[in-house]
Amino acid sequence: MAYNVPDDLRYAESDEWIKVEGDEATVGITDYAQDHLSDVVYVELPDVGATFAKGESFGVVESVKAAADLNIPVGGEVIAINEALEDEPEKVNEAPYEAWMIRIKLNDASELDALMDAEAYTTYSNDRDD
Amino acid sequence: MSYLPHTKGDIAAMLETIGVGSVENLFEDVPETHRFPDLDLPAGLSQMEAARMMERIADRNAPASKMPTFLGAGAYNHFVPAVVNHVILRGEFMSSYTPYQPEVSQGTLQAIYEYQSMIAALTGMEVANASHYDGATSLAEAVNMAESITRGRRKKIVLSPAIHPQYRAVVRTYTQGMGLTVTGDETGHTDDRASLIAQIDDDTAMVAVAYPNFFGQIESPADVIAAAQRAGAVACVVTEPVSLGLLKPPGWMGADIVVGEGQGLGISLSYGGPYLGFFATREKHVRKLAGRLVGETVDVNGDPGYVLTLATREQHIRREKATSNICTNQGLMALAASVYLSVMGKHGLRRVAELCYHKAHYAADQIDGLAGFSVDRSQPFFNEFAVTLPRPAAEVNTHLADRGIIGGYDLSQDYPERENQMLIAVTEVNTRQEIDDLVSALSEVSA
Amino acid sequence: MTEPLIYELGSPGRRGIAMPDPDVPLADLPADLVRDDLDLPQVSELDVVRHYTHLSHLNFGIDNNFYPLGSCTMKYNPKLNEDIARLPGFAGLHPAQPAAMTQGALEVVHTVQEWLAELAGFEAVSLQPAAGAQGEFAGILMIRKYHHDRGDTKRTKVLIPDSAHGTNPATVVMAGLDVVELPSDERGNVDLDALREACDDTVAGLMITNPNTLGLFEEHIVEVVELIHGCGGLVYGDGANFNALLGIVRPGDLGFDVMHYNLHKTFSTPHGGGGPGAGAVGVSERLVPYLPGPMAAIVDEDDDGRPIYGLHTPEKTIGRMKAFQGNFGMHVRALAYMLVYGREGLRQVSEMAVLNANYLMARLRDTYHVAFDRICMHEFVIEGKVEGSDVRALDISKRLIDFGFHPPTNYFPLIVHEALMIEPTETESRETLDAFADVMIQIAHEAVEQPELLHNAPHTAPVARLDEVRAARNLMLCCRPIPAPEVYVQPQASAT
Repeated sequence: MAYNVPDDLRYAESDEWIKVEGDEATVGITDYAQDHLSDVVYVELPDVGATFAKGESFGVVESVKAAADLNIPVGGEVIAINEALEDEPEKVNEAPYEAWMIRIKLNDASELDALMDAEAYTTYSNDRDD
Repeated sequence: MSYLPHTKGDIAAMLETIGVGSVENLFEDVPETHRFPDLDLPAGLSQMEAARMMERIADRNAPASKMPTFLGAGAYNHFVPAVVNHVILRGEFMSSYTPYQPEVSQGTLQAIYEYQSMIAALTGMEVANASHYDGATSLAEAVNMAESITRGRRKKIVLSPAIHPQYRAVVRTYTQGMGLTVTGDETGHTDDRASLIAQIDDDTAMVAVAYPNFFGQIESPADVIAAAQRAGAVACVVTEPVSLGLLKPPGWMGADIVVGEGQGLGISLSYGGPYLGFFATREKHVRKLAGRLVGETVDVNGDPGYVLTLATREQHIRREKATSNICTNQGLMALAASVYLSVMGKHGLRRVAELCYHKAHYAADQIDGLAGFSVDRSQPFFNEFAVTLPRPAAEVNTHLADRGIIGGYDLSQDYPERENQMLIAVTEVNTRQEIDDLVSALSEVSA
Repeated sequence: MTEPLIYELGSPGRRGIAMPDPDVPLADLPADLVRDDLDLPQVSELDVVRHYTHLSHLNFGIDNNFYPLGSCTMKYNPKLNEDIARLPGFAGLHPAQPAAMTQGALEVVHTVQEWLAELAGFEAVSLQPAAGAQGEFAGILMIRKYHHDRGDTKRTKVLIPDSAHGTNPATVVMAGLDVVELPSDERGNVDLDALREACDDTVAGLMITNPNTLGLFEEHIVEVVELIHGCGGLVYGDGANFNALLGIVRPGDLGFDVMHYNLHKTFSTPHGGGGPGAGAVGVSERLVPYLPGPMAAIVDEDDDGRPIYGLHTPEKTIGRMKAFQGNFGMHVRALAYMLVYGREGLRQVSEMAVLNANYLMARLRDTYHVAFDRICMHEFVIEGKVEGSDVRALDISKRLIDFGFHPPTNYFPLIVHEALMIEPTETESRETLDAFADVMIQIAHEAVEQPELLHNAPHTAPVARLDEVRAARNLMLCCRPIPAPEVYVQPQASAT
């Protein structure tokens, strides 16, 4: 199956994408993740101001058949959450790269280096489907 | 054997299909040294003999339902309409499993949906779940939920000492590995709101108060609820459902969680179980709610139907991340409560509650007039009240038993400083004559 | 075929049950605490009877037909047990009545404690837990407390095979311990190498279901127990599958330290559409002081040498699991059940349960792939797939409904793809098993020839497949309006 993997993002092994803009970034889940979860029914997000270290769980995404932790790809402080997802969780399925979940202020930009680029993530996704 | 259908011929034919020589051969994976142990148990009986033996055992009990009884303390001898038992005995309800296959479980699912709605209406809350094991475990699950709502950052649970002592004990059992501090009930054994409120701080995850409390008193919990919420804690009220036929429900006073024991709603005393833990909360907290929930939806043809929903919160999917390990609810008991609340209805439950209230107050007035007895009137009460006796409660109860009366609950069991105190419960089934007989029997010990 | 909600029936002012007028003087009501509205149904008794009778017709129980729901042990629930549990001497007994008035009840509890201990080879049993999940929780709390009391606080890990039911890990976390998952080997047993690797002085214990959730008896159970004991851990047995072991083998003899029993599975108490259960817990000698209480005990004997019973709480107890004495009504039913079977009969229960499962597996083996094809115990797992068809386990399950059978358990255990877990139980006749097998084989043909028949199933149920996504996105959990703002008393606003 061919998943949408935009070139301008970086990716975590736990299937979150991160879009960096200066010392801030937005985080969401990938097309692969939404496809495997099936119909998303709820997204639980943290409070603005909460801080998380790289890899920590910042929320939960629920479908009718599964619930998965949302893990932060790099450490930072939450400066905004996408409140629209509360009423329209289906946006995560419809447009996973527009349905951002949190905006963070980065702690340490060098943590980005360990993330995958689009090519590596495409291979990583396809390998898991085989 | 009574319930085993196979003939010898069946067994032989089945073994042949399987391809083994004997039934014993099916167990070769079991370590031989321990296989087929000798059991020290009696031989089986016919149903007729078993029934007779169980009847003889039952006759060794002196059930409260057959005597004038004034014992409550969390379990009450109420009238149960015949229709309740007839509905729950229907095999389609009784012998079904948890409704995982909604197409063949619409009966159970709709009944639970109606139960959730009736509990929400009764408690004045927005959402109720399909029930927990009993009132005590509902309170323990409220602690789990409050811990989750406050994201595990708050470590203190404040419990009023006027919550049922066994409920508080169950909370301590549940939380022993969770790193929480359960407090509020360690010093002082009265429902002192000021000292309870003083213990609420920014580390407090939940505050729980009882209304009516264990002593039958009805003091509005609004002050504690407000104080808890001001501190960012979850406010939980333990209540008694029959009293809510008359009283303003905790939901109208702003509670975040309302729990209690539903036994009074058409469920037999049965020496302590099975009972029904009801659990209601606010819609905003529903994703943190443990236990089963039924929701309305439609089928592929657009016809209405019901399903278990939000199952991903539960242990079978969430595994170690579930809020609780609970699998079942008290399905059949919730059905009993639904039938009871339907047949009593808007007017009947009010009437039951008023009968309890008036009869309890009549009893209290009579007992208060006896020399050496005094009724605690520091707060209004519903159908249960504490009495200070001239002698220890156990002695008084022995005397009452000699007169064929089951007396009240001995409060010194749980509150040592309340020696010589008894909790007396009166329900709609107690006649004026029974109350007068109680008073007369008590007057003999006052001398 | 739908039934209106109870709230949609009746008429304002209609009453179901008349209650008598007060026979005492009226007291003043506490005006500021009296509610002005109570939103309950207003229906007649007959409205109620018909409503719930109609609802029952939309439901499926063991009394309707075969219910091969794996891991749930849907055996016949004897009617005798229901009658006995309703004897006034049992049903009318208040839990706080003094022991002198409850000798019969205490005898029931004590006898069930003793017989369950004998059946599983344990030193003692407590009937406190209200359900299996609570028995499990009690068991893990006891293991935790046992280590803590010895000052051995570094034991925080509980090992759990990947085939385990989800309650196991959820329970461990509730007890404040950590889960370590163990893989299964190619025969469906616990992988011994992985277990050996995981055993060290931080292991509090192992939770094991035996027979496991694949319906297989652990072939290395003796080694598994030895490994755990060897590193100082304790072995917890999940008794969900005890229906395979009555009179066959006693977990206590195998070295298990603690196990819960599901009275609503093995001992025939009704499932009731999801409870009430009863989850007794049994232990080996070293855990006896930690059992949840109160329990029934013999405290004395009368002049004729007959026992006098009382309540007793063990000295180092983990505490009580619920208010009062456990689900006593279920203890009465379990005793009535055991009395009828007795020593020989209980062994036959397990023998026939295992015979039925193996027979059904043999009948289906050529049509469906059996996940781990060896002699099974009381249940087995097949893959819900058919060569040359795109149908899934769920489609097969839904199609079974059209033939009047309850579906097997779907998608569990998680380690088998498209799992269908089938547990026939001992109370089913050969004719019923044959009828089910014939239908399963017919469905496999349909899957190839008319797959849409399966995709769209069920066709004959009261409702078609339901939209679970809609239910979870647009939550409708209550049919009544939420309290109107004028009656909702806002808590005093904070000082903002």
